[in-house]
Amino acid sequence: MALITYREALRTALDEEILRDENVVVIGEEVAQYNGAYKVTEGLWAAHGDTRLVDTPISEAGFVGMGIGAAMLGLRPVIELMFWSFAYVAFDQIVNNAGCVRYMSGGLLNVPIVIRGPANGGTNVGATHSHTPENLLANMPGLKVVAPATAYDAKGLLKTSIRDNDPVMFMENTLLYGEKWEVPDNEYLIPLGQADIKRPGSDVSLIAHGRAVLTCLKAAELLAAEHDIDAEVVDLRSIRPLDEETVLNSVRKTHRAVVVEEGKPFCGIGAQLASTIQERAFDDLDAPIGRVAALDAPAIYSPPLEKRQLPDPQRVIEKVLRLS
Amino acid sequence: MHTVLQSPGESRSTINEQLTKADKIRLLRDMYRIRRFEQTSLKYYNLGRMGGFLHLYSGQEAVAVGTISLLGENDHVITAYRDHGHALAAGMSMNECMAELFGKATGCSKGKGGSMHFFAPDKRYWGGHGIVGGQTPLGAGIAYALKYKHIPGCCLCYLGDGAINQGAFHESLNLAALFQLPVVYIIENNGYSMGTSQKRSSAYKGSLAERAEAYNIAWDVFIGEDLYEVRNRTNIAVERARKAQQPTLLEIQTYRYYGHSVADANAKKYRTSEEIDDYKNNHDPLQIFGKALLNEEVLTQADIQEIDKAAKEEANAAVAFAEESPLPQESDILTDVYWEVDNQTEAAKHGSYFFNS
Repeated sequence: MALITYREALRTALDEEILRDENVVVIGEEVAQYNGAYKVTEGLWAAHGDTRLVDTPISEAGFVGMGIGAAMLGLRPVIELMFWSFAYVAFDQIVNNAGCVRYMSGGLLNVPIVIRGPANGGTNVGATHSHTPENLLANMPGLKVVAPATAYDAKGLLKTSIRDNDPVMFMENTLLYGEKWEVPDNEYLIPLGQADIKRPGSDVSLIAHGRAVLTCLKAAELLAAEHDIDAEVVDLRSIRPLDEETVLNSVRKTHRAVVVEEGKPFCGIGAQLASTIQERAFDDLDAPIGRVAALDAPAIYSPPLEKRQLPDPQRVIEKVLRLS
Repeated sequence: MHTVLQSPGESRSTINEQLTKADKIRLLRDMYRIRRFEQTSLKYYNLGRMGGFLHLYSGQEAVAVGTISLLGENDHVITAYRDHGHALAAGMSMNECMAELFGKATGCSKGKGGSMHFFAPDKRYWGGHGIVGGQTPLGAGIAYALKYKHIPGCCLCYLGDGAINQGAFHESLNLAALFQLPVVYIIENNGYSMGTSQKRSSAYKGSLAERAEAYNIAWDVFIGEDLYEVRNRTNIAVERARKAQQPTLLEIQTYRYYGHSVADANAKKYRTSEEIDDYKNNHDPLQIFGKALLNEEVLTQADIQEIDKAAKEEANAAVAFAEESPLPQESDILTDVYWEVDNQTEAAKHGSYFFNS
């Protein structure tokens, strides 16, 4: 076991997969000679050269689409978006081409591509750079959506995503890139569609993905220390496929659920979870399902205010306490 | 508008001299097959046998047949939504194409794609794409994969004159030049971006293809009514892609006999009937190539009539095949979404992929 950053975990996953499969090619803005805008790919160009690490012009629609075309012929491109917010200029390529060509061809082809990059607010860069599009993309059958919360999950899930034969939208978080976790030295994979109980508990289920998992873990500590409430934290890890059984089993045990996300509430991941829980575990619930999400406006710039806009442990605690 | 510019420094190809009599007859037959397929599909569209849009290729046949006839086992094709001509020219059968229009399970895409989304990866035909210009980055990507794998092939990526104003196309040209990709972009310029004429939709100097100058990409513009000329001029670009791994932008001037789609209510308002008749009478690619083959004594008028008759019969047989074919099952709605699920792999064993309550 080594204590490494989320960023290093991603880099190691890329490095191992580049070495493992000659069809893996990392493509994006500043990924090669600049060593990555957020240094995820640092050192990989020096190690693997121009063929495997490819700098692109600022043309997301162009290079995302190019990656999709190359994937149709059997390459396994890993496309880095400097921010997932920039995916919006490539939306047609992602949704219509990556997401739909398999279906529209009656299953004659597949698109083994990974599109990855940070998808988070909280860095005071204004609304254009703070989007969290996991709900938008999980709404598109044909696409898979993954959002790791820790370095361990980031590495195992990225390796699996690269080997997956469908398009995987891999959502990271700039606020986590420098955070450290224990990660095994040996190779491991984490399947998509398998949630993880990050903290077992008996009184309430806090269900989240990405950085919101860490918010929930902090909230759980405080709930235990100050309110004698034992919260279970369920990390979805993958949004689509979605591990509904782990979510439902947790709710059946605790009888209370709060769904937490850094995205906006309307048609959010929490809305989907709440629907699933009420439909399939209604009789197990002792209270209405609570939701905590970003406050429902474009991401505000003002640094102290943006902290208030995103879910924090206090808001999670307040929601839990209001469930009664 | 029909001025011909020679590509600087390129000598004319001798590709047509390699054609045998049988090759020439096959090329004429393929053009008739497209013409009759389209006429037949229009008839049954109007009878309510198919849904959605129907963008007919009639009038443009020499472009698809001429260009695709140049391709070999390492070469690939991708096009936009007016895709029936390219599909047939690439070797797809009328049966699978007609059945797709009828929404049947025997269609090339099992009835899941429709008119705009024909696919045949086994024939290196990658669709059939519905969003204007959306296929142009994919064409660059196919060429990227060829180059990455050291395969000496090329990708022909077709688009309409309306698509040249999409940002994705400009991004694709830049990437193609920057990465030196073996892609040939072919603008099939039929003069109208749906109902908006070229002059009202595109800012240009001498031609649309001239925009390639800005990206330092070789380009050419020529009339697409003569199949020999189409092959001659396109072959230069194909060879440039295969041998020098360099992109080309071609503008092939052509004409469509019908509206943008069959649902184009104004098809006879933005074009005069004189303009349409002039093309049909004086520039029809089937007539021009037929006459050339008569002059060469490759075949007789009776042979041409026989080819036409056979094409009509093949199209009618395709309708019968489509009519008799089963519809997809309701359970088919949820297949062909994810490869891992369809193939019941280990990767697909975890979690829910579909959320039908």
